[in-house]
Order: sequence, then structure tokens, then C-alpha cells
Amino acid sequence: MVSRFKEALDSGKFLITSEVAPPKGTNLEKLLHHIDLLKDKVDALNITDHQSSVMRFPSLGGALAVIEKGGEPIMQMTCRDRNRMALEADLLFAYSRGIKNVLCLTGDAVPVGDHKEAKGVFDLDSLQLLMTVRQLMEGQDLGGNNLDGGVEFCAGAIVTPEAQPIEPQLIKFEKKIEAGAEFFQTQAIYDLENFTKFMDYARPFKTKILAGIVLLSSARMAKYMTENVPGIFVPQALIDELSGAPKEEMLAKGIEIAGRTIAALKNGAVCDGVHIMAIGREEVVPDILAAAGL
Amino acid sequence: MKSITRQKPIEDIQKSLNGLDKIFVVGCGTCTTMTKTGGIEQVEEMKVHLQEMGKRVTGSTVIPTACDDMTEVAMKENEQFIRSSDAILSMSCALGVHRMNLYIDKPIIPAVDTLFIGVEETPGYFREACAQCGQCLLGETAGICPITACHKGLVNGPCGGTNNGKCEVDKEKDCAWTLIYNRLKEQGRLDLMRQYQPPRNHHIVPRPRSVRVQ
Repeated sequence: MVSRFKEALDSGKFLITSEVAPPKGTNLEKLLHHIDLLKDKVDALNITDHQSSVMRFPSLGGALAVIEKGGEPIMQMTCRDRNRMALEADLLFAYSRGIKNVLCLTGDAVPVGDHKEAKGVFDLDSLQLLMTVRQLMEGQDLGGNNLDGGVEFCAGAIVTPEAQPIEPQLIKFEKKIEAGAEFFQTQAIYDLENFTKFMDYARPFKTKILAGIVLLSSARMAKYMTENVPGIFVPQALIDELSGAPKEEMLAKGIEIAGRTIAALKNGAVCDGVHIMAIGREEVVPDILAAAGL
Repeated sequence: MKSITRQKPIEDIQKSLNGLDKIFVVGCGTCTTMTKTGGIEQVEEMKVHLQEMGKRVTGSTVIPTACDDMTEVAMKENEQFIRSSDAILSMSCALGVHRMNLYIDKPIIPAVDTLFIGVEETPGYFREACAQCGQCLLGETAGICPITACHKGLVNGPCGGTNNGKCEVDKEKDCAWTLIYNRLKEQGRLDLMRQYQPPRNHHIVPRPRSVRVQ
């Protein structure tokens, strides 16, 4: 049976996904609350996998929690912490428990996180992980052995439309499509003109593109991101707009900007949907959707 | 090709020499001389450190190339001093330690950590050149190794952490895949980057590795 998210992808509707982050520890209260808050407002919920290389409760566990709550998870899976055997095994387990969407990522580097002396595995990369999903779907593991009971996943990947230089990223983007990526969730985009150019290029490919929307909660955060986060460019006009708002209204301004961006993408039929990342402020995702008129 | 080393902290060396009082020091005239971790000067400095620790230095030598058969000659020449020692403190790379192991049965304590196999790109700047992975890709990557030059050892193109041609782990380091892209483009061979590289075989020569040449 195909996943609900895959059905949504194929329906041609404007897609909305968001993400929740598992906790550092076993207190799932906040995670479960965020799942409750968002599961019926989105087509699927991503569960991050030790994001920024910070050790947490696993994405697999978070994805199971989404299933238990009746939601539709997209399990994020990086190649940083598991070799091919562990990745395959987790995919088998995930499928057996109703997880049918997987986002295949290379993963951030170990030294950017909180276990700086850990071994970065990278036995596979994002592309090889996509191919692994395909192979498992064909009933075979990477050792060439037949599976007793197969899997069926809707597999996606990421792309960074603001990367500099962009050409090497686009080559990899095309390789990911050839490897069967059915959808892409992009790194945060703020410059609609530039993103539209990317979409002009990406449109002919047979895949779905969900634009990454990262909530700007303050002018400081916007400035930090544009200066420090690879592949993120926040136009000065947006930073000025945030700076112009009184301190207590900056978050509201950020919500307004996110909502306005989503509305423009949807109304202009620029891309196939959006992926909203509120990074610690999941509470306001419904407000972002309201501001977008969704 | 050079074996690139870094001297261990003196406290760590002292800890490793706990209970060993009479020490013979061995340096190397090739790689550790170049990296200033085990040449004549550093061996002399180490002897001072050892004396400060209260050790007795029984002697020292700097073997021209500690990883080849000159080591056997050096061990023989210094046999009487080594025999009267509790241990050898090696200021050659690990290859030298292995070589010495063939000829003597005294404890050999490394004073340096062997970091990588590198080339001296500019005077005093050593860069890792080869991870000895057993599946050379250099023909497909414009002579730039994605295993050593990319932090994650990616073989299918850049990750999302690349930023203006730099790496996400260090803004001073070049993104290997930006370099590979630029060079392949210049060579008119970008089609090589579009090829899918399958997962690598980590057991081309299974560990422990050895090859017998007939």
C-alpha cells in the first residue's frame, strides 16, 4: 500500500510538510505535543535524525510516535552514524511498523555536533542511500541477497538552491532524481526571485519540490543564518524588515514573512509545496499556515 | 610521500615511560626530520626532557630512514646501549616502530603520533594525499582525492554543507567537490561527475592487510 504522503504527492495539490525534533533524553512530552499540534495540518511530518550532529532520541522512534498518533511521518535518515547494514536494517524495521516515507541525507559532519570525537561513518552517501531504498524495494539487500518480505517507500532527498557555486549541487540533484528521489525538500529559501530561477531549471524533472521555509524569529537569527549557515541567503530587505519591528513583535514579523512567502509560492504556482521548519518554535507553525491563508 | 607525525604531549610520554628508567632514543632522518618531530634537534631536546623526568638516557641515534633495512644496521651498531636500556623511545613514525620491532624485543614507546600520509605542498605545509583506500578514483576526479580531501569522503558530489567553495567543518578548508567540479569543467570532463559511484568496497584487501609480490 502506498503511503498517504505519496498519494498527496501524486494528487497535484500544494503540499505542506513540517518537522519535529526528538528530544535529548526520553522525555517525549514536547515531541508528542508538537505531533498532536501539527499532524492534521500537514501532509507529512519530518522527524529529524540527530540534527546538526547532536545526539538525540532517534528519528526512527520519533517516526513511530507519529504513526502511533495517527500522523504521516517522513523519517529523516542520515549516513553519518550507521553503516549500510544498520541503515538497511532500520529501513526494514521502519517499514514493518508503518513508516513509508524516508528522506535520504548525507548528514552533517560529526565535528559540528556534540560528540566531536565520534567516528563519522559515511559508508554510504545520500545518493547511495536512495539507491539502497530502490534495491530493497526490488526485494534485494546490498549484499545481493533476496529479502523475505519486502518494503515500499516513498523516498526523498534535499537540495540547496542557494548553494554557491550551484552547478555541483545541481549535478547531484539530477543524480538523486535518477536514483529515484520522488520529492525534494529544499534548504531554506528567502529570495523568491532566485528560487523561481531554480524552479525554472528544476520544473522539467519528474519530481516534486517543496520549498524550505525556516522561520526567522529575530533579525539577529536572520543575520546569523545568512552569515554562517551554508546555503542560506537572507536578503538584506528581510533583515531590515525584522529589525524595524519592535523586539516583542519580531516573532510575529517572522511569522508574517514566512506566511507571505508560502502564499507567494502557492499563488504563483512556483513549486509543489513547502516544508516548514520552525526550529524550536513548532508552536507557531499553525500561525504560519494561517498567515499563508492555508 | 611523507609519513606526517606530531609529537605526543610530554606528560603522555612520561606516563608511557612509567617504570622504565633507562631510555635509548631513536629519531628518523627522513619524515620526522622534515616535520621537525624526530630529527637530530628534537632528539636532543627529548633527551633533556627525559633527564628532567629523572630518566637515564643510555644513548641515541637518528636512523637515516627508520622504515627500511637501515634500521637493522642502526640497531646492531647500538646493540650494547640498547641491551642495557629498559626501553626505546621512538621519534620515528609508526612505521619505524614496526621496523624496530623486527630486530629487538625491548619495549618501544612512540613519542609521536602518526597522523597521515601527506605531501609537502608548500614549505612546511603538509596535506594528506592518500588514504590508501585500495580503489583509486583519481582518474575520475581530476586528480583530487574525494576520500582524503572531502571531510566525509563522499564520492558522488558535494554535500549541502559546502559554502562558497569551503567546507562546513572548517571555513579555511576547500570543498573537495568544488575543486573537482572546477577542474573537471576545465578539462571538459564533467560527465565523469554525473556518473553514479556505487558504495565502496571496504575489504579490497581485508585487514590485516598484506600483499606478497612474486
